[in-house]
Amino acid sequence: MAKFNVRDKFGDWWDQTSPIQRGVFRVVIIAIAYAIPLLKNPIIDTPETSFVSVLFYPLIMFSLMAVGLNVVVGKSGILDLGYVAFFAIGAYTHALLSAHTSLNFWEIIPFAMGFAMLAGVILGLPALRLRGDYLAIITLGFGEIVRIIAVNTEAIGGAAGLTDIPGPNSIFGIEFTVMDPRPYYWLTLTVLLLVIWGVLRLSHRKPGRAWEAIREDEDVAEFMGVSTLKYKLWAFIIGGAVGGIAGAIFASNIRSIQPELFTLNLSIMILACVVLGGMGNIWGVILGAVLLGYIPEKLRFLSDYRIIFFGLLMVVMMNIRPNGLLPRKKRERFKEKSA
Amino acid sequence: MDFSILVSDFPSLTIDGIVVGAILALVSLGYTLVYGVLRLINFAHSEIFMVGTMTTYWVIQQFGFTGYEDPLPLWKFASLFILFGVTAAIVSGVAAVVLEIVAYRRLRVLGASRLSSLISAIGASFFLVEVFQKISGAKNLDFPRLLSKDPIFTIGSAYISADKILVILGAAAIFLVLNRVINHTKLGLGIRAVSQDERTATLMGVNVNKIISYTFLLGGVLAGLGSAFYMVFYETTKANVGFLIGISAFTAAVLGGIGNVKGALYGSFALGLFQQYTSAVLGYNWKDVVTFVILVFVLLVKPTGLFGESLQKARV
Repeated sequence: MAKFNVRDKFGDWWDQTSPIQRGVFRVVIIAIAYAIPLLKNPIIDTPETSFVSVLFYPLIMFSLMAVGLNVVVGKSGILDLGYVAFFAIGAYTHALLSAHTSLNFWEIIPFAMGFAMLAGVILGLPALRLRGDYLAIITLGFGEIVRIIAVNTEAIGGAAGLTDIPGPNSIFGIEFTVMDPRPYYWLTLTVLLLVIWGVLRLSHRKPGRAWEAIREDEDVAEFMGVSTLKYKLWAFIIGGAVGGIAGAIFASNIRSIQPELFTLNLSIMILACVVLGGMGNIWGVILGAVLLGYIPEKLRFLSDYRIIFFGLLMVVMMNIRPNGLLPRKKRERFKEKSA
Repeated sequence: MDFSILVSDFPSLTIDGIVVGAILALVSLGYTLVYGVLRLINFAHSEIFMVGTMTTYWVIQQFGFTGYEDPLPLWKFASLFILFGVTAAIVSGVAAVVLEIVAYRRLRVLGASRLSSLISAIGASFFLVEVFQKISGAKNLDFPRLLSKDPIFTIGSAYISADKILVILGAAAIFLVLNRVINHTKLGLGIRAVSQDERTATLMGVNVNKIISYTFLLGGVLAGLGSAFYMVFYETTKANVGFLIGISAFTAAVLGGIGNVKGALYGSFALGLFQQYTSAVLGYNWKDVVTFVILVFVLLVKPTGLFGESLQKARV
């Protein structure tokens, strides 16, 4: 089916370019990404909400979460249906710490990451001994349990949630206000670029190879001496940390959070981004996030039916193009190179 | 934490636990049967149950109940119950078969990874929930009181009402029939053969695709019947009703040993009782958290469940 693989075509071209060309290419792409909110273009504008706010949520937020989830689902083949839990933990960490301590947003970020990572360890250590379907159900349950606990615990706001969450302090002369989503977009984009850089570094090194081995065949990986639990746990923790940062930024932007923001639907939507774009390939995943975030905003009549559409999309994609729009790199390319 | 409630209400909690367990059993059998033949958790099974409750609700709507009538006389209720029970069973059964063809078959033929089947099933599940969300307007659909909830007799502090008797006796009758089907019919033989070894079953002339379709049909029919009992007992449904029931039923199946029919039964009753006792002590809000903790605990300590994974040796 996947005869035409844009990823490979681009990969071949990329291999033939010189380092200078690559550098220029990277700078141009990044500059465009930063400049998007400054553009005034009626074609890309969205009808009901302002384009810049769509750009922050869902577009860049989905991209960040999808890249985080991709480490878990795409790279290591662990189906995590409770990713929203990490997002929620990040958001609640920011809301609670800023209310009860004198820490500001930038100081809370490491805590948001830390708590999400801790949750990853607490869930992962027992759950990651299990495989496939069982693991999917456990993570699904985890996502819901975090939400139910948030609803039932009055100390963290109960069903009404938390309000009056402060935004980030100004940095480099950029003010974060309620009215202007652009600084939040730039902040998230910066985080996203850092995460992409980190994930790419990891993928090309030992952890990346270990994840790939685990994804392809866990038993064989184990026999070959890959300590599977350790690397699966790391994938989980890294994915969780990215979800935690995303949650903290999200909370600082919308200023009030309720447990109902963190439902299973969000987990599934992020999973749909990963599946549509191409599991395991960062660029595919971002493409998926941009498409699934943007289309329902652009075509407003679709947005009421978006979950129906996403559900259908997951079935259809699995049946006709199980590797997504931009599938991950084919292993053969590596074989040819090393041969 | 109030343990005195547990002591004083013990008989009534036990009866409710058995009733809940009977309904859970009808749903968890679907998980177990499908797992037996496909070695796959049918993620959308909870939605098959939801479709059953919706069908039941729709059938009752056709009779123009307003919700304020007195409970029906027994013969009238019985004929009505058979009507909506059978309709729900048929619709759920057909839905399960269609689900298998749309979400699983092609992937199975292509030999796709389990991850793909799982994602495809989750997609189907979300699709169904959202479609019914749109149809029902995302609100609770209340079922009229068809059967009086007045106690007929009491055991200790437990009031036994007609609806509880109906659920327990009805479910018991279904289990006997299922036992008959699995152990004494050609279809049951086929299901057990495919569960034991799919390739050998093929060589022995078993049409595996047909058996898998029938297994989904059987699971769907059981879920449909379960949904009819559920509606009589709980008297409400909504588009996402399947999610928590599904988690509970799945936990019950795992607790008993997934793939094992007898295990699903015992696991369901054990879980039903446990849920009632713990929610009396901790509060009803924490019921689902408790279920999830049990699931994690069982999977960690004894992933094969109390009775092990074996459909072929199972007796209902």
